Amino acid sequence: MNASTPDTSTPDLTALAVGDIVAERTFELTRDSLVRYAGASGDFNPIHYRDDVAQSVGLPGVLAHGMLTMGLAVQPVVDWLGNSGLVADYQVRFTRPVPVDAAQGAVLTVVAKVGVVDDAGARIDLTVSFDGSTVLGKAQVRVVAAASTDSTPSV
Amino acid sequence: MNPELQGREFAPTAPYLVGREKVREFSRAVFATSPINLDPEAARAVGYSDIVAPPTFAVVIQESTLAQLLAEPDAGIDFTRVVHGDQRFTYTRPIVAGDELTATLRVASVKSLGGHSMVTAESSIVDSTGAHVVTAISTLVVRGDE
Repeated sequence: MNASTPDTSTPDLTALAVGDIVAERTFELTRDSLVRYAGASGDFNPIHYRDDVAQSVGLPGVLAHGMLTMGLAVQPVVDWLGNSGLVADYQVRFTRPVPVDAAQGAVLTVVAKVGVVDDAGARIDLTVSFDGSTVLGKAQVRVVAAASTDSTPSV
Repeated sequence: MNPELQGREFAPTAPYLVGREKVREFSRAVFATSPINLDPEAARAVGYSDIVAPPTFAVVIQESTLAQLLAEPDAGIDFTRVVHGDQRFTYTRPIVAGDELTATLRVASVKSLGGHSMVTAESSIVDSTGAHVVTAISTLVVRGDE
């Protein structure tokens, strides 16, 4: 390992205090983002790329996949940790849809704050907002100090 | 929705081989910028055998189990009325490219609330040795007639 790359150092969870903001990030979603997520995830529900279908079921227009919002919202925490393997548990409640305008897109902001510090590590609480309102409820990330790295048995 | 679904366990899904390029594609789609989600050398430097999947990647494997549930003949779930209520992933270890994963769905609960039904589906995902990797839990809300 190159000593000049500090990427692998992880934060000291025991030094955290409840209320500390550990990460913040803004995401600009476009229709392209939704098509890319559809392909990557296999979720091809047309309400995520066709306005006519979305409107036929009473929606204002195309919405972001809830799982895309969930997937990106944890990324500021992953970058802070430097290792996504330190995320032991992640949950959200989908409370408000995110409409993505064809021209303007949609801007999501994520603020990650320490909710709990305990023997297991820490719980990071996410506030994910669009257009001044939160879109996820009970968005909580359980992080641990050391990851279990056992992976694929060699063949 | 059929209340007798509660407690039902489905057959394990066919093994899903986690490909490195699939993980990279998914990582880019969720705006992941962490090197261990993209670069095998960065992942190996912290002890993984290959790149690590982002925390929500398990949904790709879970999806086939939810398809089993929706296709269950006696479930009575109208797909066009289904809304994703909440989602949770509980990891024993992260998913790494090269893993061969199998998911088994169990219906944890079925509830009715003000004309709507709620089903909580737990998909336990294990590796080729049978060791637990992650449990993906979804609550689906099925809107009643309006």
